[in-house]
Amino acid sequence: MNTFLLVAATVLMVVIIIPLVRVWKGPTVFDRLLGANAMATKTIVLIAMIGYFYDRIGMFIDITLAYAALGFISSLALAKYMTAEAHPEENDD
Amino acid sequence: MIELSVTEWISVVLIVLGIGFMAIGSIGVIRLPDFYSRTHAASKTDTLGILLVIVGLMVLEGFTINMGKLSFVLLFVALANPIGSHALARAAMDSGLKPLLFRKGELDGSTTQPSSASARSKDKEAGSASKNPRSEDLS
Repeated sequence: MNTFLLVAATVLMVVIIIPLVRVWKGPTVFDRLLGANAMATKTIVLIAMIGYFYDRIGMFIDITLAYAALGFISSLALAKYMTAEAHPEENDD
Repeated sequence: MIELSVTEWISVVLIVLGIGFMAIGSIGVIRLPDFYSRTHAASKTDTLGILLVIVGLMVLEGFTINMGKLSFVLLFVALANPIGSHALARAAMDSGLKPLLFRKGELDGSTTQPSSASARSKDKEAGSASKNPRSEDLS
């Protein structure tokens, strides 16, 4: 089972690397944000799998929760910032 | 064959399915032609893949306190990932980035950049797509 988790984490790491292409050459800034968001959400699962692999799941689940909240809040903040930058007359709320 | 119990086999099947969905989502993020279709690829397949892998890890864990924490992660991802993708797509729509269906008729070359001032009035020009030389390679 540990070998399977190691192989699965390796495949998942390759899957996480793939949207970096969209971050690299995305035509708009939203494509880059989408690629970064996709990478951040997949990293949650990778951290949980690493916790199983090291047999320290109780600690790594807390790291996973903190990382998920951080990625969600940063994604929302960047989306609101891009909207406010496109419409500078509406950002007084 | 490797000696695994029944719950471990269920966990293996769920984790492999989830990683497959996430791989499809990643390929869709780099292959699809438009921002909104990329959002479609990234949000739904990522959410389903993460839920499947976390359910697989819960099956592997059994009834402990960590299964409860993993269920919190599950609930948070199921709520937060569609909300984040929706906020991103809404920010792109508010800043004037048009979907590919409506961008075919635009005559200027600034279609890949969000132009907030002039994007709202470009809808009525969509009927003149036939004399646009860029409309063939966009379709």
